[in-house]
Amino acid sequence: MFYPRIKTSALLLALIVPCFAHHADAQINVFACEPEWAALSRALGADKVKVTSATTAMQDPHHIQARPSLIAKMRRADLLVCTGADLEVGWLPLLLRKSGNGSVQPGQTGHFMAADYVALLEKPAVLDRSLGDIHVAGNPHFHLDPERMLQVSVALADTLAKVDPANQSHYQNNLATFTQQWQEAIQQWQQRSQSLRGKRIVVSHNSWVYLEPWLGLIQVATLEPKPGIPASSAHLSKVLTKLKQNPADMLLYASYQNDKSARWLTQKTTIPAVALPFSPSKDETLVQWFDRLLNQLLSIQS
Amino acid sequence: MLKAFPMAVITAVLLMSDPVLAETEIELVKQQLDSLKRDYEQRIAAMEARLLKTEERAQQVITETRKIAAKPARTNSVAQNKFNPAISLILDGRYANVDNDPEDYELPGFALGGESGLGSKGLSLGESELVLSANIDDKFYGKATIGFHNEDGGTEVDLEEAYIQTLGLGRGLTLKAGRFFSAMGYLNEQHAHAWDFADAPLIYRGLFGDQLRDDGVQLTYVAPTDTFLQLGTELLSGSRFPAGGEQNDMGAVTVFANIGGDIGIAHSWQLGLSHWQANNIEGRTSGGHAHGGSTTAETPSFDGDSKINALDFVYKWAANGNPKNQHLKFQFEYFDRKEDGTVTMLNSGPPIETSSYDGHQKGWYTQAIYQFKPQWRAGLRYDQLDSNNKGFDGDVLGEAGLNNEGHIPKRTSAMIEWLPSEFSRVRLQYNRDESYETSDDQIMLQYTMSLGSHGAHLY
Repeated sequence: MFYPRIKTSALLLALIVPCFAHHADAQINVFACEPEWAALSRALGADKVKVTSATTAMQDPHHIQARPSLIAKMRRADLLVCTGADLEVGWLPLLLRKSGNGSVQPGQTGHFMAADYVALLEKPAVLDRSLGDIHVAGNPHFHLDPERMLQVSVALADTLAKVDPANQSHYQNNLATFTQQWQEAIQQWQQRSQSLRGKRIVVSHNSWVYLEPWLGLIQVATLEPKPGIPASSAHLSKVLTKLKQNPADMLLYASYQNDKSARWLTQKTTIPAVALPFSPSKDETLVQWFDRLLNQLLSIQS
Repeated sequence: MLKAFPMAVITAVLLMSDPVLAETEIELVKQQLDSLKRDYEQRIAAMEARLLKTEERAQQVITETRKIAAKPARTNSVAQNKFNPAISLILDGRYANVDNDPEDYELPGFALGGESGLGSKGLSLGESELVLSANIDDKFYGKATIGFHNEDGGTEVDLEEAYIQTLGLGRGLTLKAGRFFSAMGYLNEQHAHAWDFADAPLIYRGLFGDQLRDDGVQLTYVAPTDTFLQLGTELLSGSRFPAGGEQNDMGAVTVFANIGGDIGIAHSWQLGLSHWQANNIEGRTSGGHAHGGSTTAETPSFDGDSKINALDFVYKWAANGNPKNQHLKFQFEYFDRKEDGTVTMLNSGPPIETSSYDGHQKGWYTQAIYQFKPQWRAGLRYDQLDSNNKGFDGDVLGEAGLNNEGHIPKRTSAMIEWLPSEFSRVRLQYNRDESYETSDDQIMLQYTMSLGSHGAHLY
């Protein structure tokens, strides 16, 4: 009668005790919602952080399921780094509530929303769902603007220093290095992308509004009739007529998006379609990712 | 030996060469080295200066960025709270083509309680729900769901959920208090509008009256492990079916454990075990057999102990782990209930009809849902129940609906859904319903729409 009880208590203790143990020189656990914030956290934290990304470049960050593995990761996070602006509204609040982790809840130092530190484009004047799945705060895909990325990096370095004050100078030094590299890269990208200026583009979803002004691209049509609503054949034929009168140079869509309508339009118009990496791939740095994105854009123009 | 030979020759030649010439050569090399050194020193100094400049520029950029970043108000990420609290209204309506009379509905071997049944025939309004939720402060979250449904021609208001929950308790602990859906099983915690079929699985109908909810407190603990491990317990008032009538104050208890994780990037799973128990239930009434004609219906009432064990398993697949375009969901749940006590037919007799009761009911369902296009989903479900109830007076058990009449209740369902956006859904469902002897072909057309703030769905 007693033995089984002792056994279960011992088992319970074995499960519970490790969470009370704390290592002084432990790495900071960073839970990044998207790969770009994982890459930025790695650049700023280096060996002082352990970063996990909730999503990959092949996943649509609007539509993620609150999987058990994500709750387990959130449970152990010291710092949450996400886009915000309601991009993760369908899954992040649930992960936070289920995690039982006090240090990453809204209002805590460990709750970092990048959208809090940049000005957003496309803030809707009218909030009506008949206009599609619009984001109240504005378009959340600002990680495609290198200047805004720089603004976020400064804020994130400050937050890292607050979460882990013992390594404050480490984060500030890394920020200086990152800023320097990023600025040099921006100069290079601007030189290399001269030929893209004034190119007319068709997009699948309104994901590129921050990239367009920076590269001087002109968006002439969207395949989605409304944000988040898949293209209907009626809408696609409208786009087709428009493009026949007024051709575009390329069609852009994020690598995680369904390419069916993009391929259809390419067949009909011979406008080259390109699946751009919307986020860095695993272990890729931000510079490498943006380089790759730009190379892909440059490679398709004839 | 052979290798050493050329070395020896070179050494000999060097020794024999003119020492004066060697000295001038050394001088020359020295001069060259000096000039090289000066050259490099200059270059290094220039590089250092440039590096310092870039560093200064980087610092300048950081300072400037800080100034810019300080400007925008910190409101971008909390747009949802522009509606504080977040409010959403669920509208649900349906058309049901059912041959059997909903009044005759029964699950032989199961005493039905709660809201269980077939629902209305023809056109009807489903459950309309008003949901309010918000983070109350940095420590608590609160949610209330008010349901409106038709009851005998009038509209009845029901406080479905009203609970608060801790946010910042830490160490993986979360405390919930109020009225909430129990964490028993998998489907139970989800709202009916989030279900994949228009009706509850038969076992939920048979044991819980569609869904188990109660007033009480819930404590959960998430372990700091790579694999998701959650342990939890609930202390419930036990004032609702299947715990008992209002006079019961003994309460009900649940314990549950869930584990889950990912397999690669495309697969995820969750396995749950749960146990519910209510001792000394007094006066749990249920529907039983309808007795036409009598003004005061004989109502079966149960006194005794009841316990339920459940197992649930969910598996999901999505190519690249991106469920937006296509995904598959498989779920299985098994419930087993054992009861021990007496059954009394209220308003019967005299003498009042009563019997000892040793009940065992079990059932399972399995379903698979496939989203084959971003706006289209299709699914299949199969339900099956079984029971083995014993008692001193078989007639009383029979009247209470606890005799399985040699019938195994089962049901096969198929559905197809169209989801124009994340906020709307139209569903067509077909059931081959063999809940009791008279089998029935049921067709349901249902819409479910959500107005207002964007909700998050459970796994």
